[in-house]
Amino acid sequence: MPRLTLTINNRSVSARRGESILSAARRSGSDIPTLCNLGGLIPAGACRVCLVEVAGYPRPVPACATRAEQGMVVTTDTERLTAARRMIVELLLAERNHSCAVCVMNRHCQLQDLAARLGIDHVRFAFISPQAGVDISHARFGIDHNRCILCRRCVRVCDEIEGAHTWDVDGRGAASRIICDLAQPWGTSTTCTGCGKCVQACPTGALFEKDAPTQKATIDMERLSEWRRSRK
Amino acid sequence: MKTPGPKDKGATARGGGLKISVCLGSPCLASGAAGVLRALRETWGEAPIAVIGTGCMGPCSRGPMIRIERDGHPAAYYERMTPQAACTTVAAHLAGAPPGQGRLAPDFPFIARQTRIVLEQCGRIDPNDLNSARAAGGYRALAHAIGKMTPEQVCGEIGASGLRGRGGGGYPTGTKWELVRAASGRRKYVVANGDEGDPGAFMDRTLMESDPHRLLEGMVIAGYAVGARDGFIFVRGEYPLAAQRLGAAIADAGKAGLLGRNILGSGFSFRIRLRIGAGAFVCGEETALMASVMGRRGQPVIRPPYPAQRGLWGGSTLINNVETFGCIAPIIRNGAAWFRAMGTPGNSGTKVFSISGDVATEGVLEVPLGTPLRELLAMAGGVSGGSFKAAQTGGASGGCIPAGHMDVPVDYESLKGLGTIMGSGGLIVMNDQRCMTDVARFFMHFCQDESCGKCAPCRTGTQQAARLLDRIAAGEATSDDMSQLEQLCRFMQETSLCGLGMAAPTPVLSTLRWFREEYESHVRDRRCPTGVCAMEGVPCRD
Repeated sequence: MPRLTLTINNRSVSARRGESILSAARRSGSDIPTLCNLGGLIPAGACRVCLVEVAGYPRPVPACATRAEQGMVVTTDTERLTAARRMIVELLLAERNHSCAVCVMNRHCQLQDLAARLGIDHVRFAFISPQAGVDISHARFGIDHNRCILCRRCVRVCDEIEGAHTWDVDGRGAASRIICDLAQPWGTSTTCTGCGKCVQACPTGALFEKDAPTQKATIDMERLSEWRRSRK
Repeated sequence: MKTPGPKDKGATARGGGLKISVCLGSPCLASGAAGVLRALRETWGEAPIAVIGTGCMGPCSRGPMIRIERDGHPAAYYERMTPQAACTTVAAHLAGAPPGQGRLAPDFPFIARQTRIVLEQCGRIDPNDLNSARAAGGYRALAHAIGKMTPEQVCGEIGASGLRGRGGGGYPTGTKWELVRAASGRRKYVVANGDEGDPGAFMDRTLMESDPHRLLEGMVIAGYAVGARDGFIFVRGEYPLAAQRLGAAIADAGKAGLLGRNILGSGFSFRIRLRIGAGAFVCGEETALMASVMGRRGQPVIRPPYPAQRGLWGGSTLINNVETFGCIAPIIRNGAAWFRAMGTPGNSGTKVFSISGDVATEGVLEVPLGTPLRELLAMAGGVSGGSFKAAQTGGASGGCIPAGHMDVPVDYESLKGLGTIMGSGGLIVMNDQRCMTDVARFFMHFCQDESCGKCAPCRTGTQQAARLLDRIAAGEATSDDMSQLEQLCRFMQETSLCGLGMAAPTPVLSTLRWFREEYESHVRDRRCPTGVCAMEGVPCRD
């Protein structure tokens, strides 16, 4: 396997040809935050949380979807990048209705984790609070669009891994919405195999298993102090 | 030989030989050109008087336009024709006493001062008639290119002409062609981008409606030059007439051996298929356009790989704007040096602009690149309804040029220096009655509606920016909102996935750069200087 060398955060890193910056960085101990990325799926580069700076490039590039190249000089943790990541997470939190206290995924949610990691304790933007709707017509699973961040991991896992392509996206921009088949109730889908991969792939509480008990909202002092620390 | 009918006898006796052209472009049709053509045909439509329907003559807001030509006389243009007025005008011409009513001056600047290269035959030929196009020189460049030139020579000629992409990016066309020509792989594609979605842009529609064969000819030459056998024209769904005329042109050219198998007996085959968009602005972005052509959801993907490396169905793909293809035939016919002699160094050739807004005459203008904005305005008869305030170029992805920079030569680099872009050529003129924050707000709402929703910065950023601009317009904004708006704009520029998201904040940043005091007046004084923004609930300060 041909190998190449690049610099990530002042450290020389060896990578396979065709490997992403993200994978090379993780191996070298630089943990770049991600959201829409999921190992095994074709990277979409859509959430822009994994943006990194590459010397000579005019704008930051997504680490998940950019290949490592010989001699590249990558920085993953600058002030500009942190500001951009915070902005993205805040914008996502304001876009729909993310109420952690009543969410099945509280404390297991990647959006929540990311917000904690970036020290986000408030959102600068107006909450848009749309009525996004819930579909619980499926026997075992449900989808709550209010918690969806449109990362399309469900769409991709269903298409690329399960091969069913039950999920897709309808509408555009703010009106984008994950749909089942041709925008019909999940319970009536004839393509859904009920495999549950989409539920596993969902980074938030948008897709959930009906039988799983809802996490009780608890006050976790340790977590609070963690947030406080990360803000400094 | 057809014998003249009874009603033509008098006409023949008085000289005849009259050629009457009626513009059948979308704007003229909308104002009743079909009725004018019908009336003229019924009254005068027999030899030796010729009544033909043509494409666009230029001054769209003055439609229906007709042109009357007679041997030995300069062509006379008439504006705002009704069926009755048109018949009376023709009768007067036949009587040797052309009327002044509705007639445009012989040196009417909108028509007289144009340099028509791409639009050469627009308004002269019948777009539904292949013979009319061929009689005017159509497909001569194709015969020359595939008969006498190698693909390398064609690419070289286009490169030497200095032609740059007319869709807005300004990338050297010859370099793009050479990349696709040199690419490996058996299947290559040529795509014409006719998804002209910017508000105020209608240059490509004009060309597709008025001279569809010019686009086909440019595409076949491109196919020959890069080694492609398949071409697609992506036309936005809002252009049904362009799609219909292109469809007919493809069929006619195929029957005449100018398209399809073994073109002109050369052994080279190339077919063109039409794809109609479904109303998404983002499909003008090349990767989204390709997805749509392949039948997928029209949303952009990350570049690289660029279409030249991996495009339609994995093959190397050449994507050019409609106007770019429109430049090909004249370059092949007249040579690269001829083309380079027009415009300025680095910006050779002409550019088609669609000028609209607060001007005396709205329509389509073709001028050499580097023509000052002031000259374009003068050709359009100057600003109407007030004095000049700004001109928006590049639509929703562009910015504005303020009054102090009216002498800026309109070329790719000069516009970039002013914080705007050439874009595809839409030029919206605004007088001093227009509120610039309202303009920015309009464009931000447009981008919010047209964002594909794939990447977070564009989808969520446009929503929040539009809300902030709404607050400014309503007199509810604070100085914090202003700084948040600017932060958001820079953030979207830096982090969006595709060019549309990156350019979405340009109208805001541009109006902030030139008209910051107007924003401040909305925020600090809760007052809209032009009175455009309603500011409900804010007590009157005057």
